[in-house]
Amino acid sequence: MNPTNQALNISVFAVFVLITLYIVYRASSRNVTQSDYYAAGSSFTGGQNGMALAGDFLSAASFLGISGAIAVTGYDGFLYSIGWVVAWLMGLMLIAERLRNTGRYTLGDVLAFRMRQRPVRAAAANATLVISLFYMIAQMAGAGGLIALLLDVHDRTAQAAVIAIVGLIMLFYVLVGGMKGTTWVQIIKAVLLILCVTMITVFLLGKFGFNLSAILRGAAERSPLGEAVLSPGAKYGATDTTKLDFISLALALVLGTASLPHVLMRFYTVPNAREARRSVSWAIWLMATFYLCTLVIGFGAMALVGPEAIANAPGGENSAAPLLAFRVGGTVLLGIVAAVAFATILAVVAGLTITASASFAHDVYANVIKRGKADTRSEVRVARITAVVIGVLSIIGGIAANGQNVAFLVALAFAIAASANLSTILYSLFWKRFNTRGTLWAMYGGLISSLVLIAFSPAVSGTPDSIIPTVDFHWFPLSNPGLVSIPLSFLFGFLGTILSRQPADERKQAEMEVRSLTGIGSGLR
Amino acid sequence: MTKSLSARPRPGFATFEPEPRRDYLDADGEIDFVALQASPDFQRLRRRAVRFALPATVLFLVWYLTYVLLSAYAPGFMSQPVFGAVNVGLLFGMLQFVSTVVITLLYGRYAKRRVDPEVDAVRALVDQR
Repeated sequence: MNPTNQALNISVFAVFVLITLYIVYRASSRNVTQSDYYAAGSSFTGGQNGMALAGDFLSAASFLGISGAIAVTGYDGFLYSIGWVVAWLMGLMLIAERLRNTGRYTLGDVLAFRMRQRPVRAAAANATLVISLFYMIAQMAGAGGLIALLLDVHDRTAQAAVIAIVGLIMLFYVLVGGMKGTTWVQIIKAVLLILCVTMITVFLLGKFGFNLSAILRGAAERSPLGEAVLSPGAKYGATDTTKLDFISLALALVLGTASLPHVLMRFYTVPNAREARRSVSWAIWLMATFYLCTLVIGFGAMALVGPEAIANAPGGENSAAPLLAFRVGGTVLLGIVAAVAFATILAVVAGLTITASASFAHDVYANVIKRGKADTRSEVRVARITAVVIGVLSIIGGIAANGQNVAFLVALAFAIAASANLSTILYSLFWKRFNTRGTLWAMYGGLISSLVLIAFSPAVSGTPDSIIPTVDFHWFPLSNPGLVSIPLSFLFGFLGTILSRQPADERKQAEMEVRSLTGIGSGLR
Repeated sequence: MTKSLSARPRPGFATFEPEPRRDYLDADGEIDFVALQASPDFQRLRRRAVRFALPATVLFLVWYLTYVLLSAYAPGFMSQPVFGAVNVGLLFGMLQFVSTVVITLLYGRYAKRRVDPEVDAVRALVDQR
């Protein structure tokens, strides 16, 4: 890559940062209460929030990771796209509206509603912090690889400096803009990203005479695997264990999406349940478009760039989309794609930071430490301080994890989210008898079992692709724990509930059920 | 809706109708959620809220898992060509997108027509509109 193109990349990205910084600054005029800082005063419309949901959800793993996975392994990479679209139906039909009606700012609001406040809020905050940090470090680590590829910076120190800059801009969004500013960043980013992939897709289709078969044939001809890339099994078909891993991943993808804390938090930025429903519908349309495009982009990259050229480029699989952009649109399109990819990382990390800081300030500080007696100003101050701490942690983690396998970290975050949060959310919304002990067992059971299984999985040790390839202490055969830890958390929640003598609080259950369906008592509408 | 409206005249108006019904308020005038939960209006809302969502959730999960399991254990079937270079697996994959969008549309329509009016009816019982 030549220097002019590098300057172009940086300037396109700089324009994005300047525009968003200005908007964040304009949006920040009133950011004093928890409602403003955590939930943007619940002032966004369903359409706006749907775009922001897409912005929050479509991470670098979605854009670069999936198109890369399809470009190298074909069919097996397509599973990510499908899982992440289908998963939204769960959020739409079971979770979004009820969560909006029941809670105010965090997941802890809903889970602790009819349980003992302090232990349940502490558990919810723990899960939120672990999931968010996992997800965030994956994003920041991805930034390192992107920098190498797009800005042609190969020096580790310089990469570290760029990761730090990304982290600092993100912190500015969060501290100054609060949820409102961050939401606008997500909206702008989602529009740019979806426009960008649609443009490339239409261009690609045009190049192949608007014939999907032609792209697929071109890809199969170019790939060393031949026709096999169009069929399942190129990556996961080898043995019975890899097949189980495929199923485990599939489960984590479909059940993890509606359990991610930063996705759940997005249901609070709208005024009522109907707008929450509308925003998920919007998000589904946007996601379906986006992920269909990844299919074309992935196979297009396979056909035009070739899997070997992609695997050998700096950044490996992640470089498929940028290389394809260069191939079809030259330096200008590469510059745009690079900038959009950076914007994506920036926005996702901002969304995660605000979620994690809200969870700590609202659940741990205000409700566990201060027992619900914290005043507005100090709670928001704690949230801001937490955001700084988390931002710094993610910068350090991102620098340390620079160069690690990114896609797997993200899939792990999904597995942890599905294990710790999903069973608890569904039980507390739909199971009358569910009680405090059940909640704690389900959350900690899912969280701890998924973390332990990951620690002793081939993802961490024992294979050439592991984080620690030189040592081998793995005994769990699957790289993704979802297949075991998700059912386990449902089982823990069930056992904890029936083994506890303490009955569920019937009055609170009635209040929660009525409120979750109608919004009565929540002051909404 | 009409029934509840006529049953609850607005306070402060001099009318000859009886005192406003207090079924769903407790002694302190707070909302009695246990009574409200047991009310026929709320029970109807609850049934309607799950009547579409639950079967649809089971359906999309089964359909997704079928796709995943066929991909893992029946690669031969999934690689049969359908048209051009598109095989059964890719076609099923794309149909997952179609089914997702269709369920989204149907749910939106169902919720608007069958659930939202019930929500309004229950809210009207306690004068929250």
